[in-house]
Amino acid sequence: MSAPKKLPHWADVTLVPLASVALAFVISGILIWAIGENPWNAVKLMVEGAFGSSYGWGYTLYYATNFIFTGLAVAVAFQARLFNIGGEGQAAMAGLGVALVCLYIPWPHWSLALLGASLGAAFFGAAWAFIPAWLQARRGSHIVITTIMFNFIAASVLGYFLVNVLRPQGTMDPASARFPADIRLPRLHEMLEPFGIPFSTSTPANIALFLALAMCFAVWFMLWRTRLGYQIRTFGESQTAAEYAGISPVKITVYTMLISGGLAGLMAVNSVMGEQQRLVLNAVEGAGFIGIAVALMGRNHPFGVFLAAILFGFLYQGGAELALWTNIPRELIVVIQALVILFTGALDNMVRMPLTRLFAMWGTR
Amino acid sequence: MTSLKTLLGAASTLALTATIAQADPALMYDLGGKFDKSFNEAAFNGSERWAAETGGSYRDIEISAEAQRVQFARRLAEAGANPVVVLGFANEPTLQEVAPEFPDTSFVLIDAVVDLPNVRSVVFAEEQGSYLVGMLAAMATETDTISFVGGMEIPLITAFACGYAQGAKAVNPDINVIVNYTGSTPSAWNDPVRGSEIAQSQFSQGSDIVFAAAGGTGLGVLQAAEDAGLLSIGVDSNQNHLHPASVLTSMLKLVDQAVFDAFSDGPGLETGVVRMDLASGGVGYALDEHNADLITDEMQAAVEDAKAAIIAGELSVHDYRTDSTCPAF
Repeated sequence: MSAPKKLPHWADVTLVPLASVALAFVISGILIWAIGENPWNAVKLMVEGAFGSSYGWGYTLYYATNFIFTGLAVAVAFQARLFNIGGEGQAAMAGLGVALVCLYIPWPHWSLALLGASLGAAFFGAAWAFIPAWLQARRGSHIVITTIMFNFIAASVLGYFLVNVLRPQGTMDPASARFPADIRLPRLHEMLEPFGIPFSTSTPANIALFLALAMCFAVWFMLWRTRLGYQIRTFGESQTAAEYAGISPVKITVYTMLISGGLAGLMAVNSVMGEQQRLVLNAVEGAGFIGIAVALMGRNHPFGVFLAAILFGFLYQGGAELALWTNIPRELIVVIQALVILFTGALDNMVRMPLTRLFAMWGTR
Repeated sequence: MTSLKTLLGAASTLALTATIAQADPALMYDLGGKFDKSFNEAAFNGSERWAAETGGSYRDIEISAEAQRVQFARRLAEAGANPVVVLGFANEPTLQEVAPEFPDTSFVLIDAVVDLPNVRSVVFAEEQGSYLVGMLAAMATETDTISFVGGMEIPLITAFACGYAQGAKAVNPDINVIVNYTGSTPSAWNDPVRGSEIAQSQFSQGSDIVFAAAGGTGLGVLQAAEDAGLLSIGVDSNQNHLHPASVLTSMLKLVDQAVFDAFSDGPGLETGVVRMDLASGGVGYALDEHNADLITDEMQAAVEDAKAAIIAGELSVHDYRTDSTCPAF
């Protein structure tokens, strides 16, 4: 009997996630059927709602943009085997950075404001990741614990700033004032108009989408084409080997987390500056945690993160349409999203093992 | 290209009108969800009452992301829902954006004011209702210490606390009012365990009556008070029945009535600011068989006097939201 062969690489990166998603959808379908709704109609409604019109695309891409940033953040950290689950807090603090940059600096043009806001977001996000990184590198405090604790601290700091500093006098909402209208980021429909492509005018997808795509490329380049990326990956594969090769674990831990925090922070450019145009208390709305699922599903590769982000964008927007036009409760939509996470993340081997055996059988024939 | 766009638009409108009958009212809940035993659920109850009494149908929707506020409000209006009722002050910018796009649709905003010709803004005088329950608490306490558990430290909730403290200090200027908030994230509205912990810590500081204005968190506060053999004050709906003889009273904020009225008035409803205060019966305190033994005639007389004075304008309760200060803190 031969030892179980390894799955071919192409099958590992395509078939395994696809089969996982398919399984998740089958179980979701059974659930929808069990509560007395038609699963086929539900899927149709979700797909049409997310991809069937430029309106659907606009929202799907808006959510996907958020998830690309937070997914990349988790993926980069994971290359060094650091589990950054503080994307939520880093993005929340970055929102504060974006708000300060947009409210207190009179920008002459939106493009400069975008640059400034991106730097502000990345700086605040990275700064928020720095303390857990330093504690991990110098004190050995486990980064999973510290980053998740920093999520709560970030929420409280943000609450304080919104209620006591940024909230305009006399308003009820713990939110900042609206950013000046002339630094409003161009939305997708405005960008497509010169090319004669009609696009729904009421969607929040904006230029930050292209910033996210650029970041996908930049992260790929950094990880696989630079010395720092090599050091990060070496450190992730084997810390002792990396140290033996002269790579400082303290330096790599801190650098990786700074990059990770900065990427998570850039999400705020999309949600705070691109969509809300003011800072609200709940601007991150769970994208930091979705980023973990996105990175897991995307195999910690920027291209995989991009695809997984689109999938989760679809689940968010399709789920919203489902909630709008059917009696399927909101909770079931969360269940569907959770099933996808469960199958692609936690139950990965359940799909991989039979597939490996299948390939082994096929290979011996 | 334009013809393609028109075609697509026409197709989508057709698809939508198939799902909603023309001019059915619609209700959009705030973050926190439909069954929060408090603000959102009160609105749900109001719409259910309307459906039961008129036989009409309505559509309701829960949001789960900030970006969905504008999205859902617009989608409901596009689909022909009228009037569209949206809950929560966080939707003030939502309607400022969406309402002008649909001049023929009536919108109702609860808890904030938007000055547009097709928007009815319903605001509540929470400070007045809280003032009355604060008086009751100050008269019922035996330790001269009472407490307050809020959800998040936001102006709306601080207005509850401020009215409560003013009412208590009107009865006894030396009374000690402990004020705590549950948290700084939206989960603070739905954390009964934390609510119970905060209430217990307030009891250990000598408080014997606690007022909860914290959504679902308040259920834990009320439970903690009963477990400790002390008194509590409910909020929004009449919560006296939850723990009879332990809930001293409830500060009523009749969100359900506001939704019921909006649905009943239907499309083209009268717009402008509707102020739900003591005079209009939109806020108040609850007195029923469950707390009849807790409220003495003397207490009731004192509160009724204050209520009459507030309605007559002889007594004014300071609203924290006007200047972010509170004379009673």
